[in-house]
Amino acid sequence: MANTNVEKEPLFSKKNLGLVKDPLTDNNPVTVQVLGICSALAITAELKASVIMALSVVFVLGVGNVLVSLLRNAIPSSIRIIVQLVVVAALVIIVDLTLKAYMPDLAKKLSVFIGLIITNCIIMGRFEAFALGNGPWKSFLDGIGNAAGYGLILIIVGFFRELLGSGKLFGFPVFGDPVEKTGLYATGYENNGFMLLAPMALITLGLIIGFQRSRNKNLIETH
Amino acid sequence: MELLEIFLKSIFIDNMVFATFLGMCSYLAVSKKVTTAVGLGAAVIFVMLVTVPLNYLLDQYILRPGALAWMGEDYAEYDLSFLTFILFIATIATMVQLVEMIVEKFAPALYNSLGIFLPLIAVNCAILGGSLFMQQKEFNNITEATVYGVGSGIGWFLAILAIGAIREKIRYSNVPPAFRGLGMTFILTGLMAIGFMSFGGMLTGGDEAPTKEVVENVTPAETVEVNEVATDSTALETVTDSLTQTVQQ
Repeated sequence: MANTNVEKEPLFSKKNLGLVKDPLTDNNPVTVQVLGICSALAITAELKASVIMALSVVFVLGVGNVLVSLLRNAIPSSIRIIVQLVVVAALVIIVDLTLKAYMPDLAKKLSVFIGLIITNCIIMGRFEAFALGNGPWKSFLDGIGNAAGYGLILIIVGFFRELLGSGKLFGFPVFGDPVEKTGLYATGYENNGFMLLAPMALITLGLIIGFQRSRNKNLIETH
Repeated sequence: MELLEIFLKSIFIDNMVFATFLGMCSYLAVSKKVTTAVGLGAAVIFVMLVTVPLNYLLDQYILRPGALAWMGEDYAEYDLSFLTFILFIATIATMVQLVEMIVEKFAPALYNSLGIFLPLIAVNCAILGGSLFMQQKEFNNITEATVYGVGSGIGWFLAILAIGAIREKIRYSNVPPAFRGLGMTFILTGLMAIGFMSFGGMLTGGDEAPTKEVVENVTPAETVEVNEVATDSTALETVTDSLTQTVQQ
C-alpha cells in the first residue's frame, strides 16, 4: 500500500517542491532552526568565498542525504552518529581536494572552514531529522533545499559585508577607486573597514533575522 | 613564557566564539540558562583537553607528509594528510563515547551534570576546529598543543557563560519583538566580540630587550623634566620626589 502511494506521487509534487522551498524562507536552517552558523560566518567577508562555501554545502548535504537515506535500514542506531560522520567526512574530503586542485588561492583563504563542514549542524541535523526516515529522492530535495537556504543567508551576509567593507562585489570595484577618489568616493564616501571584521558578521546576521521576523510575525519568539 | 602566551592568546585573542565563530550552534542552543551553559562549557574544556593532544600525536606520527618515517625507510615518502578530516573526526567521536562511558562508570555525579551534553559535543565545531587549527599552527611539542587545547576550551567556556548570564538578564528588558531571542543574541555576541577585539593588543607589546633600551634612552630626558618641575611647582612635589628617587636608583 505504501509502495503504490510512493510510485503514484509525481517527482515534483507540491509536497516535494515544498521540501525545497520551505527552507529558503519560513523554515530557513540558519535564521529559524538555528543550525549551521559555525563554519559559515568567518568566510563571509567576501562574496566569492560565500558562494563557494554555499555550493560546497549544497553538494555535501545533497549527496550525503541520499547516501544516508540509502543506508538508513542498514545502520544500527547505536553507531549511527559515527557512520554519518564518516559519510560527511568522505564527501568533505572530495570537496576539499577539488578546491585545492582548481582554486588553490581560495582554498587557502577558506582554510579550516571547509573541513568544518563536517561538524556543520545543518548536515547532522538533516541526516537525523530527515534522511533517516525518508526515501532517497525526498532526502535529496530536502538536502538541496536546506543547503540552499543556508547558502542564501551566507550570500546575503557576504554581499553586504563585501559591498560596505571593501566597496567590491566578487572582487570587482562597484563604487569606484578609493585611492584615486573616483565614482562614489569623489563625494567623500569611505569604506567601512569594520564590516570586514568578525563582529560585524554576527551583527549583520542579527539584523537579517530581525528583518525576517518583522515581516513574518509567526517566527517571533516569546523570549 | 611561550606557553603562557599560547594560553592567553587562545583564550582572549583567538577566542573560539568571538574570533572564529566555532561552536556557534550549541553556543546559541544551550545558553538560555547559566547552569546548563556551565555544564556544556566544562564538558568542552574536558574534551578539548583529551582530543587536541591526541590529534597532535596522530598528525605528527601518521598524517603529515613524511610522518611515517618511524616505520622505516620505505614509508618515509608517504603523505596521508588527505585523511586528516576522517581521522580527526573519528578520534573525536570515539573519544567522546569513551569519555562518556568512563565518566558514567567512575564519576556518576559528574556524569549526571555533564552526561546529556557529551554526545552533543561530538558534533561541536569548536572541538574539530580546535584540532584543525592546532594542525595549522604547527606547534613544536605536545605540551604546547595541550595548552592550546585547554586555552581554547576555556575561551569557549567564558563565552557561553557570559552570553548565558546576559540572556537570563535580558528576559526582563523590553527588546523589540522581531529581535527577541535569536536576533538579539547575535547582536549581543557581536558586541561582545568587539569587546574581545580590544585584547588584540595584549601580546604585541614587543619583548623585553627593546623596552630596556627605551628606558635607558628616556632617563636623561626625564631628569631634566623633573628638575624643571621641582623648581616650578610645589603641588607635584610628591610625584617629583618619587621620580627623582627612581632616577637616582
